[in-house]
Amino acid sequence: MGFPHKPHPKETVVLSQYFGDAEARTLKGWTKRGGYEALAQVLKMDPVAVTDVVKESGLRGRGGAGFPTGLKWSFMPKEKKKPHYLCVNADESEPGTFKDREIMRWTPHALLEGTAIAAHAIRAEIAYIYIRGEFTEPWTFMERALEEANAAGVFGTIKIYLHRGAGAYICGEETALMNSIEGKRGNPRIKPPFPAAAGLFGMPTTINNVETLAAVPHIIKRGAAWYKGLCLSNPKSTGTKLFSVCGHVQRPGNYEVTMGFPLKDLIYDMCGGPRAGRTLKACIPGGSSVPILTRDETESCLLDYEGVVEKGSLLGSGGVIVFDDSTDMVYQIMRLARFYAHESCAQCTQCREGTAWTTKILERILAGQGKPTDLDLLLDLSENMTGKTICVLSDSCAAPVVSGIKKFRGEFDAYLAGKREAVLVG
Amino acid sequence: MADGVINLTIDGAPVSVPAGTLVIEAAKQAGVLVPHYCYHPGLPVAGVCRMCLVEIEKAPKLQIACATTVTEGMVVKTQSAPAKDARQSVLEFLLINHPLDCPICDQAGECELQDFVFQEGQPGTRYGEYAKRFNPVEDFGPDVLYVPNRCILCTRCVRFMEDVAKEPVLNVSERGDRAFIGIHPEARLDHPWAGNVVDLCPVGSLLSKDFLHKARAWELDKTASICTGCSQGCNISLDTRDEVVVRVRPRPNLDVNRYFICDHGRMHYKWMNRGDRIEAPLVRRDGELKATDWDEAFDRIVGILRGASGKAVALVSPGASSESLALAKRLLSGFAWTGAFQIVMGEEAPLPGVPNLALRAERAPNARGAENLGYTRDYAQALEAAKTAAVVLVLDDPDSTVETNGALIYLGTVLPPDAACRRADVVLPIANVAEEEGTFTNRDGRDQRYYQAKSAPGMAQPAAWVLGEIAAALGVTEAAR
Repeated sequence: MGFPHKPHPKETVVLSQYFGDAEARTLKGWTKRGGYEALAQVLKMDPVAVTDVVKESGLRGRGGAGFPTGLKWSFMPKEKKKPHYLCVNADESEPGTFKDREIMRWTPHALLEGTAIAAHAIRAEIAYIYIRGEFTEPWTFMERALEEANAAGVFGTIKIYLHRGAGAYICGEETALMNSIEGKRGNPRIKPPFPAAAGLFGMPTTINNVETLAAVPHIIKRGAAWYKGLCLSNPKSTGTKLFSVCGHVQRPGNYEVTMGFPLKDLIYDMCGGPRAGRTLKACIPGGSSVPILTRDETESCLLDYEGVVEKGSLLGSGGVIVFDDSTDMVYQIMRLARFYAHESCAQCTQCREGTAWTTKILERILAGQGKPTDLDLLLDLSENMTGKTICVLSDSCAAPVVSGIKKFRGEFDAYLAGKREAVLVG
Repeated sequence: MADGVINLTIDGAPVSVPAGTLVIEAAKQAGVLVPHYCYHPGLPVAGVCRMCLVEIEKAPKLQIACATTVTEGMVVKTQSAPAKDARQSVLEFLLINHPLDCPICDQAGECELQDFVFQEGQPGTRYGEYAKRFNPVEDFGPDVLYVPNRCILCTRCVRFMEDVAKEPVLNVSERGDRAFIGIHPEARLDHPWAGNVVDLCPVGSLLSKDFLHKARAWELDKTASICTGCSQGCNISLDTRDEVVVRVRPRPNLDVNRYFICDHGRMHYKWMNRGDRIEAPLVRRDGELKATDWDEAFDRIVGILRGASGKAVALVSPGASSESLALAKRLLSGFAWTGAFQIVMGEEAPLPGVPNLALRAERAPNARGAENLGYTRDYAQALEAAKTAAVVLVLDDPDSTVETNGALIYLGTVLPPDAACRRADVVLPIANVAEEEGTFTNRDGRDQRYYQAKSAPGMAQPAAWVLGEIAAALGVTEAAR
């Protein structure tokens, strides 16, 4: 992971190679480390050929959905009739995720280079990098790097703009992000039309995550076969992935591992396992929106798109939240639900009302005022909030509730039966 | 498969609709009303209320009927268990914060939340004893009140102001369950077409101040009519209660006014209820107008018309029905005839989102119809001609400054104290637009029928009936023209 620790021997350091190396932030330092070679190479290539390399590499979207990146690029109209846009999603707001922040803090040029390559591949004149509003430090570094790179003219005719978000979680949803860039309220749009048909300003648009794009220069330079070879389990998941580990571990931080790496090793070896005298209780493997894993599931889980699905969760953004046995799961789930209730954009009925209602029920359970029917009610509400709305914020609120009740029902029952001391939340 | 026609099945009924039709519209053709809140055919699709979720075969999850276009062979099920469950859950979510203050809500009886709650059988929620969201009532504009507690955030009003009126003064403020409809801090909802948000609101959240607590929806009788506010010819419904017009609402006509009317038209009804009406025929006797019966009045007029020759002038209202205007002309067919009308002018106020729809500067519903019949706009010249005419007939034009040495016949609804028509030889009481059936021709030449919404006061009769009776008494027939 680099700064503040040296990379763990089990890490496969690609994206995080220069984390902690302040010199890599400068254009000079980045060029010295082989930066912008891939871009120079790409600018001489046919866009279709670039897309093919990325397709071949098996790179999949690192923002959460895991959609094949090359395939996404190939959805852009073959015949260019309108301006094309590239949006870079640097609105990293998923609770428990902080990988893109480190990429932008330490290797801003890696993101800029990947952005320019992608823009070339989809034949976009303009790329917007939408950076989370709270990311003041990454913003500074990105701004400085962009200035330097522009002064050196490394992007050719491609124009890159930085756009700063204002703190809404929902603006990380791709269509909400586009609305936000357009100056509108950051509300997700109904799909279809998909961005490749009508995205930013109604033009064909591709939107990629920071980590996805940061990987692209490496794929160009070292070849698709090399990237494809970075695979420990399922061949559909290739390359390396940054995992942001937080919560009850001894050494939280970002760790870069090859796809298919065991979650158990990540938590116990790299992060030093739970704090002294504590044992692992549960883990959220892919940011707050995915179902919670139990200790058994965690310890047998392989970190790739398929491996986590097999355990009943999702790889998501790679934000690993670890809970040890001191954790009150009911409280944690209430905190998650409260987050979603706060961030719901208020468009869809189920989400607007459902997230708030879910939070209220969880709060009353914690306060010792739960009713025997509350768990069934929560499960029913979650069912009604899943798969019925424009975006997946509502589903994301339901996921930890459903998995939490299913896997840690005893803790809920203890509150309901008055066997556990009430927690006052407010 | 015919060109551009898509065949699909909705709740077992086969329908064929043009390509590009939305499922919710196709369903209407199959006789199926898919419950919905945010969808409105006159507004851009938002897809936010999630009420119109339906099951579509082969789709992995429920789809919203308002944003899904039909495809060949599509099988739509609106009554399947998943679709019904989804609707019930949306209703339950809506009801957790919607107050059940229907007994004091103006919308009750025509509330889409009430209707669908009833239809779907979802009368309550499991929300429990929590207090509902509360925000105070806000004064949005000259005729609009916002009651946020009843709001279901369908955003129809926001989209109307943004995309149809093109004056985006409303928005959704805040997020999550704290959200409400906000208004620009320095703006008022005073666009000339702003009142439509009240009609668009599916619940009682946006209310008309004019209609506030005036009547219950189920007490109203609705009559198809045409707006008399200008020459656009917007189709309206006159809502009456106990012979009083209490409200004007738009009646959809895609070719004229789509789903909207302007605020001028909306408020242009109070005169229909005025109490100072002429209620009996009046004839001049001993220099004074005296009330009489229709027979005497007709006799007097027949006498006047039979005994006169030379010039006749008709000064008419451009708000009179085409039928009465035609008869007024025919009645005077034996004379050298001049007919004219005067128009009150006002400011033009277009509705930018709809082509060819505006509150027109010419504030008269039937100027085109009058012109088609040979009446001119040269009112001054007609007034001049009237001075020396043998007979002058004034039709529903109380403000006329007519002067004549000949006989003056006035058909009207009112007779103001200083009206020139007080000098008439005969005054005949006629019905106003709400009290008769007739035809207007709008500025684009479209003939449109309006119907009787209430009864006329006293002995007043529709002008066309009055003029027809006189013509019959005179023996003026079609051949005489």
